[in-house]
Amino acid sequence: MNSWITSNVWLIPAAPILAALLILAFGKAARRAAAPFAVIGQLTALTMSIFAFVPTLHSHGFRSVQNFTWFTFGEQTLRIGFVLDPLAAAMLIMIALVGLCIFVFSIGYMAEDKNFSRFFAYLSFFSGAMLGVVIANSLLLLFVFWELVGLASYLLIGFWIERPSAAAAAKKAFITTRIGDMGFFLGILWLYHRSGTLLFYDGGRGCLESVGLLALGASATFIALLIFCGAAGKSGQFPLHVWLPDAMEGPTPVSALIHAATMVAAGVFLVARVYPIFLVGAINGVTPSLTVVVWIGVATGLMAALIAVAQFDIKRILAYSTVSQLGLMMVSLGVGGVAAGIMHLLAHGFFKALLFLGAGSVIHGCHHEQDIRKMGGLRRLMPVTFSTYAIGMMALSGVPFFFSGGWTKEEILHATSQWPRSHIPYYLMLVGVFLTALYMTRQIIFVFFGNRRAASEHVHESPGVMTIPLIVLAVCAILFSVVLTPAWPWLENYLTGYPARFDPHLLIQPMIIVSLALVGAGVSLGIWMYRRAAGSDPIQQAQPALFRFLENKMWIDEIYDRTVIALAAIAARFSDWMDRYVWDGLVRGVGAIGHFLARLTTGADERVINAGVDEGTVGAHGFGRLMSRRHSGQIQTYLGAIALGMLALVLLYAWLG
Amino acid sequence: MVGLISALILIPLAGAIALYIGQPKNARTVALIFNALSAFYALLLWQKFDATAPGLQIAERHAWIPSIGAEYLVGVDGLSLLLVLLTSLVFPFAFCAQRLERGACALMLVMQAALYGTFTAQNFVLWFLFYEMSLIPAFLLIKIYGGENRDFAAVKFFIYTFFGSVAMLLAFLGIYFAKGTFDFATLAGLGKSGLLTGNLKWFAFAGIFLGLAVKVPLFPFHTWLPDAYQTAPTGVSMVLTGGLSKMGVYGFIRLLVPLFPNEIKIAGPWLLALVVCSIVFAPLAAWAQRDLKRMVAYLSINHLGYCLLGLFAITARSTSSLIDTQAALSGVFLQIFNHGITAAALFYFVGLLEQRRGLRGIDDFGGLMQRTPLLCGWMSVAMFSSLGLPGLNGFIGEFLIFKGSFAVAASVTAIAVLGLLFTAVTFMRAMQSLFGGPLVESCSGFSDLIRSEKLVIVPVTLLMFAIGILPQFIFNIFNATVTHMARLFA
Repeated sequence: MNSWITSNVWLIPAAPILAALLILAFGKAARRAAAPFAVIGQLTALTMSIFAFVPTLHSHGFRSVQNFTWFTFGEQTLRIGFVLDPLAAAMLIMIALVGLCIFVFSIGYMAEDKNFSRFFAYLSFFSGAMLGVVIANSLLLLFVFWELVGLASYLLIGFWIERPSAAAAAKKAFITTRIGDMGFFLGILWLYHRSGTLLFYDGGRGCLESVGLLALGASATFIALLIFCGAAGKSGQFPLHVWLPDAMEGPTPVSALIHAATMVAAGVFLVARVYPIFLVGAINGVTPSLTVVVWIGVATGLMAALIAVAQFDIKRILAYSTVSQLGLMMVSLGVGGVAAGIMHLLAHGFFKALLFLGAGSVIHGCHHEQDIRKMGGLRRLMPVTFSTYAIGMMALSGVPFFFSGGWTKEEILHATSQWPRSHIPYYLMLVGVFLTALYMTRQIIFVFFGNRRAASEHVHESPGVMTIPLIVLAVCAILFSVVLTPAWPWLENYLTGYPARFDPHLLIQPMIIVSLALVGAGVSLGIWMYRRAAGSDPIQQAQPALFRFLENKMWIDEIYDRTVIALAAIAARFSDWMDRYVWDGLVRGVGAIGHFLARLTTGADERVINAGVDEGTVGAHGFGRLMSRRHSGQIQTYLGAIALGMLALVLLYAWLG
Repeated sequence: MVGLISALILIPLAGAIALYIGQPKNARTVALIFNALSAFYALLLWQKFDATAPGLQIAERHAWIPSIGAEYLVGVDGLSLLLVLLTSLVFPFAFCAQRLERGACALMLVMQAALYGTFTAQNFVLWFLFYEMSLIPAFLLIKIYGGENRDFAAVKFFIYTFFGSVAMLLAFLGIYFAKGTFDFATLAGLGKSGLLTGNLKWFAFAGIFLGLAVKVPLFPFHTWLPDAYQTAPTGVSMVLTGGLSKMGVYGFIRLLVPLFPNEIKIAGPWLLALVVCSIVFAPLAAWAQRDLKRMVAYLSINHLGYCLLGLFAITARSTSSLIDTQAALSGVFLQIFNHGITAAALFYFVGLLEQRRGLRGIDDFGGLMQRTPLLCGWMSVAMFSSLGLPGLNGFIGEFLIFKGSFAVAASVTAIAVLGLLFTAVTFMRAMQSLFGGPLVESCSGFSDLIRSEKLVIVPVTLLMFAIGILPQFIFNIFNATVTHMARLFA
């Protein structure tokens, strides 16, 4: 089974995609079968992922590759393939497991929706596409799945397309990520041009292997940055992050899927996958391209954390926390902590899915109210949701020791502090950690503590189909810590290909103290500040201008509207105008000249040539009239004329003699 | 005994005559029967075609007017066969799109015969005859059966393209007087060493370029197209974009590039500049359109621009390697085919919307997803295919073109990628306002796809998927030709 799956790893994404196709093919008739199909598809993928995971444990640095020819053009072949290595295997399990929880949760959450079956088809397709991304062994194949992930997110964000805001958000997501993807596409072309192959691993000739990397030379920096454009688009990095908070317009399980397991994970994964390209020409692990990654990550992380402090929509706070965490992961990758970044991605997948589904449960219970100012006191009404949400919150805030997020965050901080180039990212990251603890405390106080407010009436705990996935994810968020601790850094060693050793002395690192202090400060400040906040925000009262700046997301959307989008719209109208009046104007001008010439010749015809002919004809006509008068038909006239003529002839002869 | 290709050309003509004489009640059915017959012959041609041989096959040669070097020479290579198959596909698709009158059906069949002739003729006189023969039915179809503003659009279309044709004819007369032959293969053989000398070669080059650039069309010779496509009946728009526009690209590949390899290298930067304008400005203009048909028409210009990008990039630079040349050529060929079916499908869907609503402004619709989910779904597939989504046919062709052109003209390619973005923006806006939002009152009585419409659209869509996922069967048609041409061009 194990060896069979390593050579048929493509079956893992195929299972959910097949489920999606079956559901779509049966259409509305499949309403009852849709959820079982989707769940079975996902369960199959999870089972196969586990089987695929097992062989990667046996030998360190395991990598199994299946390449094949996609098509032949001219005499050239384009080869693609699938790869199974620790990075892929770990991602497969996370995606399949988190996806499965979200699927099950959706059965309850979407029960009333009239397009229930279509929803599950899209979910399955989304999951399948993402599974494809992680096992692709070719940048081209990765791009194919990458775009399908984009398509699926478009379909799901715009699932309630009858709402104008959802239709707009879907469009925004597709276009914003596509801007990044165009850079990615150019990066692919450039890489293909330089290295002659797009296969990652191909027995030493792949583009991530020594020969391929050597061929890149100085262009590696540009290629890496172009690829990073794509990653920035999908993973919501500044300045392409604007679509991610709007993606909240989709149903909440979709938000969970996008923010945890699929869409945003793709960008971070991509950077990790093509990391050797980023490393070409590295001195001390620093390259220009990685430096860009670090600074973009820092800017994103801090900006999003600040914005999250001033949001009132329960999902929007989580959305900005995702953007912020993704920034953190990018920083980690940029400073060289690839394993730490991926570990945080995996851990984040669990606890962010948990938080989003928890938020979904809250929204479901509060009859689709999303404003945290209208909630309050839910902890007694929704005990399961509350306790699991609290676990998610602590994992996200990075509470050390018991929660996965704490360990991975500590790893990232550690890696960042070691960056030889500058210490500023490290200090800014510390601010980010503090802010995260603050805004998560704020959220949980508003929603679950205090007095009941408007939306808290008639609240009920969600059904088991929704709470069980929450419990599973909460358990994962905690248990996952076991493989993350510095004492037994099993996952890190698994990802980097070293055997792990248990050493309890390493459990307490200095960084964990820093981490603990910051989180403690954030949570305490949060409790102190918001403990009496009932329906209003203390920062809003103290600093209204600052709060408005953050609440309006630093007006980045507005700035884009007035610059890039306005400019593009002007360019479109200008193109249309040029077409109508300049290019077509020229054509019509030529036509008009032709027409004018035609008129001119017509005129010349009528006045000169024709007139001459007319004159001629008139003359001839008059002559004819004159002549016809002579042909009077009277014999005496003729005889007289003949007589005259005869006389004239006789006289002529006589005279000439 | 009539040869296979001659039969292929004669069948639609026979159909046209049958329609004219027989005056059948259901003209479309008769036309479709003749279409089925020609499709059968096209498949027969494919079956007889030896995909491994590079040169001309299944040729028929007869003396015609020896005194001017005109002979009846038809035959196919991979490119010709591809276009014959495309023609055989697009015409029945177009006939299914709407119920045309008897006269219109007959004219369409004449046009079909002309297209078969254009794609198989290997002698300039014969080729030009077919080339012009397609123009007259197209003109009449727009002029008689078109919508609003048809007289103007038809005359503009005719005069503009005819003007181009005259320029091309003069150029070929010049070539004939210098070299004494009209045979494509012979001329191509002479091309390397220079067909003509002095200023004459530039006049000839400009003449042929102008004729083809108008036909494709290439920016800035494209302004006849939006008017013509917008006005023409749905089925005619489909064949105009699916068939007629390919004549221009075909001409570039078959005539201009082989005959003037040296001149193209000199003019290359200018040609690429025009192509980039086509690729960038056309989708921007499409974005600004309110009329759906006009929007699709502009996107057509963009997609044909990709074909010319690949072609000019590899021929304009002598540095292009064999792999890049083969990639770009394969991409161009595939893109020709893809654009034929995808653009035709887009016009088909716009036609369906127009049939239901009576109007086709982008603001005349809204919230269709609630009323006609199937129509929206299948139409989205065509749109995604057109914007180059992987998994559908458009992507592979565009990828190969860009792969080939990037190697030799990286900056041009980088700008051209913007075209992909603007196309996406255009379609996204269209989908948002057509399918999204609340259901508009005037659309609340729409019927979803009916059985006959599904029968048309499902096979076409499946073909898009097939090419997008397992494209080898299409590549097999022209791989040998691509290899051969790449050697010739490189």
